[in-house]
Amino acid sequence: MKLTLKIWRQKNAQAKGQMVTYPIDGIDGDMSFLEMMDVLNNKLINEGEEPVVFDHDCREGICGSCSMFINGEAHGPDRLVTTCQLHMRKFKDGETITIEPWRAAGFPVIKDLMVDRSAFDRIQHAGGFISVNTSGNTQDANSIPIEKADADDAFAAATCIGCGACVASCKNSSAMLFVSAKVSQFALLPQGQVEATDRVMNMVKQMDEEGFGNCTNTGACEVECPKGISLENIARMNREYLAASLKG
Amino acid sequence: MSGLLKSSIGRKVAMALSGLFLVVFLTQHFVINSTAVIAPDTFNTWSHFMGTNPLVQFALQPVLIFGVVFHFVMGFVLELQNRKARPVKYANYKGGAAAPWTSRNMILSGLVILAFLGLHFYDFWIHEMTVKYVQGDMTGLINPDDLSSGYRYYEETVHKFESPVRVLLYVISFVLLALHLWHGFASTFQSVGFNNSYSKALSKFAKVWAVAIPVGFIFIAVYLHLNQIPH
Repeated sequence: MKLTLKIWRQKNAQAKGQMVTYPIDGIDGDMSFLEMMDVLNNKLINEGEEPVVFDHDCREGICGSCSMFINGEAHGPDRLVTTCQLHMRKFKDGETITIEPWRAAGFPVIKDLMVDRSAFDRIQHAGGFISVNTSGNTQDANSIPIEKADADDAFAAATCIGCGACVASCKNSSAMLFVSAKVSQFALLPQGQVEATDRVMNMVKQMDEEGFGNCTNTGACEVECPKGISLENIARMNREYLAASLKG
Repeated sequence: MSGLLKSSIGRKVAMALSGLFLVVFLTQHFVINSTAVIAPDTFNTWSHFMGTNPLVQFALQPVLIFGVVFHFVMGFVLELQNRKARPVKYANYKGGAAAPWTSRNMILSGLVILAFLGLHFYDFWIHEMTVKYVQGDMTGLINPDDLSSGYRYYEETVHKFESPVRVLLYVISFVLLALHLWHGFASTFQSVGFNNSYSKALSKFAKVWAVAIPVGFIFIAVYLHLNQIPH
């Protein structure tokens, strides 16, 4: 395959970036998108140019690192996949592909396609945990019976990999799907009840402070989420938040 | 409770509740207006009641005005915050790939509805306020000195729709209202935390309502335009 890539290049967080065009040849349809980027970077290094910086780690769709906004969509045109699982056969020979970093005030660009997603870490630190003594006398989680439907929903929420595609896709750069998945994961389980009120209040407060936008229920996050996290989680978080607010 | 409006979820719920309130208002407005087509005498009687009843005029009307102002001011505030949340725009953003046009353009449809409200207030509300509270005519009669002249409301409303330009402006506004409600009404349930096995049916009802009410208003406007009475 022969392609034209239009990639966002930005030297550092302070620098003004721009789209740069790179022609590329010899791409196989069975390559993953990241392998195609590797080919490009090898070419750039051989030509004495600076390679394109992008986040990647597991390359098997579970780490959530490979944040790329490809042809106007988070992780490209395919559904339920991250960029590392996106294959080049999804593109046509001769196609022009635009590749941009996540765009959000809460995710400032560090360099090229790499953004700072520590805002998600700070939201997690604000309440995305349960306080359990792990010094040796911890109760086995399986000793508490949990209804199958609740266990399934909690597990589905827990599959969120924190990639940020929800924020990147949302026209408002809202982080509600991520935060609601993290809230729901615990809200559905008895282990999460002890800190339920503080959790939702603190995580939403942190989310707002990080500069993410407001949710207007467009549903783009759910469509673009590589893990298929459901909008039901946002409704659940709204309920949890309202209940927590009424408690004071 | 105190800081609820300061949080993004609080503002979202406030938008939903004020929107639901306006949905209820639109329903009653439509029911009364539909009598202009079915039974003009009933339209006159109900219009006179709504226009002169102190509870409606001095309790419900201010609440309604507050509801409308709150909904659009909050809409602007949210829109500005949301724009600020993405300071650098994408060079290529396929919004339509993941979300419908209606949900992505609520501010646009909302602005058209706001402009329409300006025209609608100019057409009816300002006239009513002038006749009742400036000129002091609370009789509601075509000729205040002649009891047999009958109520003025139906005749005035029919004459308002004489101009095809006005009818066209109303029709365009109602189309945008339908697009606004298509996303807005169904979305209120999600905002207040209602998403369960009943949601699909409720969302369908909301979407049918979102089309039916504006189409009904369009029908009334066109019907009155085509059934003019002599001045």
